[in-house]
Amino acid sequence: MTEHKGVMVFCEAGNGKLSSIAAEGLGAGRKLADDLGGELNAVLIGEGVGGLAQEAIALGADKAYTIDDPALKDYRMDAYLAALEKAVKQAAPQVVVMGQTAIGRDLAPRLAFRLDCTAALDCVDLAIDPQTRRLLQTKPVYGGNARAIFTSDTDPQIATIRTKAMTPAVHDGSRKGEVINISAGIDPAAVRTAVIDRVVEAVEGIKLEDAQSVVAGGRGIGSADGFKQLEELARALKGAVGASRPPCDNGWAPETIQIGLTGKIVAPELYIAVAISGSSQHMSGCSGCKTIVAINKDPEANIFKEARFGVVGDWKKILPAFTSKVRELLAG
Amino acid sequence: MNMVVCVKQVIDPEAPPASFKIDAATNKAVQAGVPPVIDHYGEYAVEAALRIKDASGGKVTALSLGVNLLREVVKKPLSMGADELVLLEDPTFDGGDSWSTARALAAAIKKLGEYDLILCGREASDTNAGQVGPGIAELLGLPSVTLVKKIDIVDGKARVERVTADGYEVIEMSLPALVTVSNEVGEPRYPTIKGIMAAKKKEPVVWKPADIGLDAALLGAAGRRAAMLKLFQPVREGKCEMVEGDTPEEAGANLALKLREAKVL
Ligand SMILES: Cc1cc2nc3c(=O)[nH]c(=O)nc-3n(C[C@H](O)[C@H](O)[C@H](O)COP(=O)(O)OP(=O)(O)OC[C@H]3O[C@@H](n4cnc5c(N)ncnc54)[C@H](O)[C@@H]3O)c2cc1C
Ligand SMILES: Nc1ncnc2c1ncn2[C@@H]1O[C@H](COP(=O)(O)O)[C@@H](O)[C@H]1O
Repeated sequence: MTEHKGVMVFCEAGNGKLSSIAAEGLGAGRKLADDLGGELNAVLIGEGVGGLAQEAIALGADKAYTIDDPALKDYRMDAYLAALEKAVKQAAPQVVVMGQTAIGRDLAPRLAFRLDCTAALDCVDLAIDPQTRRLLQTKPVYGGNARAIFTSDTDPQIATIRTKAMTPAVHDGSRKGEVINISAGIDPAAVRTAVIDRVVEAVEGIKLEDAQSVVAGGRGIGSADGFKQLEELARALKGAVGASRPPCDNGWAPETIQIGLTGKIVAPELYIAVAISGSSQHMSGCSGCKTIVAINKDPEANIFKEARFGVVGDWKKILPAFTSKVRELLAG
Repeated sequence: MNMVVCVKQVIDPEAPPASFKIDAATNKAVQAGVPPVIDHYGEYAVEAALRIKDASGGKVTALSLGVNLLREVVKKPLSMGADELVLLEDPTFDGGDSWSTARALAAAIKKLGEYDLILCGREASDTNAGQVGPGIAELLGLPSVTLVKKIDIVDGKARVERVTADGYEVIEMSLPALVTVSNEVGEPRYPTIKGIMAAKKKEPVVWKPADIGLDAALLGAAGRRAAMLKLFQPVREGKCEMVEGDTPEEAGANLALKLREAKVL
């Protein structure tokens, strides 16, 4: 049996640079590798990713494996899985860390099953058990109502990490490491999916994931028009608008701004929840916010258990006055 | 089109948080006084399959694995319009992880025989694991796409839309294949009276481990590869300062002043 050693981090890249989740993965991975007394390896898969190997080393990797091939331009599961499987078999890590992204959540479970293992997706904490030296994978379960700590009995132990849950690695340009190129050798006939089109539903203004203030609306907003009022407040705060699931399901707000367990994870300084009841699934996506403010007509709403400041009442009356006062305060 | 939809019975994820408790002795979640439901994303998967059936015909078989499966709960896919219901119901199936669950479901799907499309939910509302779908696909050697919001069958292939962070991708894939369905697919239909009556009369097929040809050592708790060491509820401080005013408008303005005072603004 192969001896598994160290940690491997699957580093996603886009627009010619490593994505922020790669830095978070390397930050978490470095700590795990040190605790295990092993190496930290990065793996980069795609077209033109070879040039990013140094970047991964600067972010803490001891070795960077690159699989750079035109066949890997678009994410296609069969091709990426074959490439990642090759790298994992070559490096034989004990732990594989990936991001809980559109790619990571698609790839991680398939990699795990291919290697006769399981994965733990959407982990908010990863640690090495000092006694057993196994990976402790903490993740939300029951829609965020609870958390569970899992260990896996097989190697490699595969986990995806939630965005913004781990401290990103700090860039150190003086770090040295080894770059290992692996040939992809993708058999085109074995790739059973083709990406025909990619549709970007651009949202105006500041990106929700990057905003320092988020104004989120829930079912109680009642209409697309209501969301226009939230936009006004977001504009005054130089922030972004988000939503719970019902407004997205009802078409009052774009699907891309859903916040929660199965939507976006946000961690702004200020989160203003308007007419949101505060379900565990929703709160799971904003529990990292610094200050939560709630406006809700129901004094018993769960959101008030999570909020720092609250107002009980009809948002239609409260919000315009709040927005204009915010404008006034920020202007003066 | 032969379609298989995997649907799980779960505790109600939208019940009030106060009804949710953890039994520390067994590391299990308990929900007092709230009946179980079929998993939300499984229901979206049923809806997606029924839409394909509406558009181009076919057969939809629902498949559930578990113990103490309440017939009125697990029959919901039938009342929505599914054709058959197969239950993997036996104590041996209990206490499994994504691995042993996917193993058993994959074996059952094999036994069902001809299939073109398998549909799962993107994640079950209790495990939030998101593994069983891709796991079944890997075990059966099928292509898979996760987080699907639309499925069209065109010239013997599936054309699906996959939710991404900033929009969606259109992906074409050969059949047979597996998809995991997301809520963006659209609201599941309500069972009709006719559907409910038909579901009442229909008896589910129940399979035991021997029926799917799997050794008990591969199933449930015995077959798992991951262990849950601990299940807990994070404590929150819960200190909300309520801002008031003589009128709602005044309360709104006061809230802004309060945020300024707290240096949040
Ligand atoms: C597996 C699973 C995953 C899920 N993932 C997510 C997710 O990622 N994100 C998410 O958000 N949800 C998710 N959900 C849904 C979640 O369980 C809740 O149903 C949802 O969050 C409720 O949204 P809400 O608070 O806007 O609506 P409701 O719970 O209906 O609350 C509406 C609130 O508005 C208040 N209100 C109404 N009118 C007014 C008014 N005029 N003025 C002031 N207040 C008013 C009401 O008092 C109430 O508190 C998921 C569910 C499941 C099962
Ligand atoms: N016990 C089960 N019976 C039937 N389907 C299941 C079962 N467990 C998981 N599934 C399917 O797999 C999906 C994902 O489950 P999970 O990997 O646990 O998040 C669910 O939405 C179901 O479609």
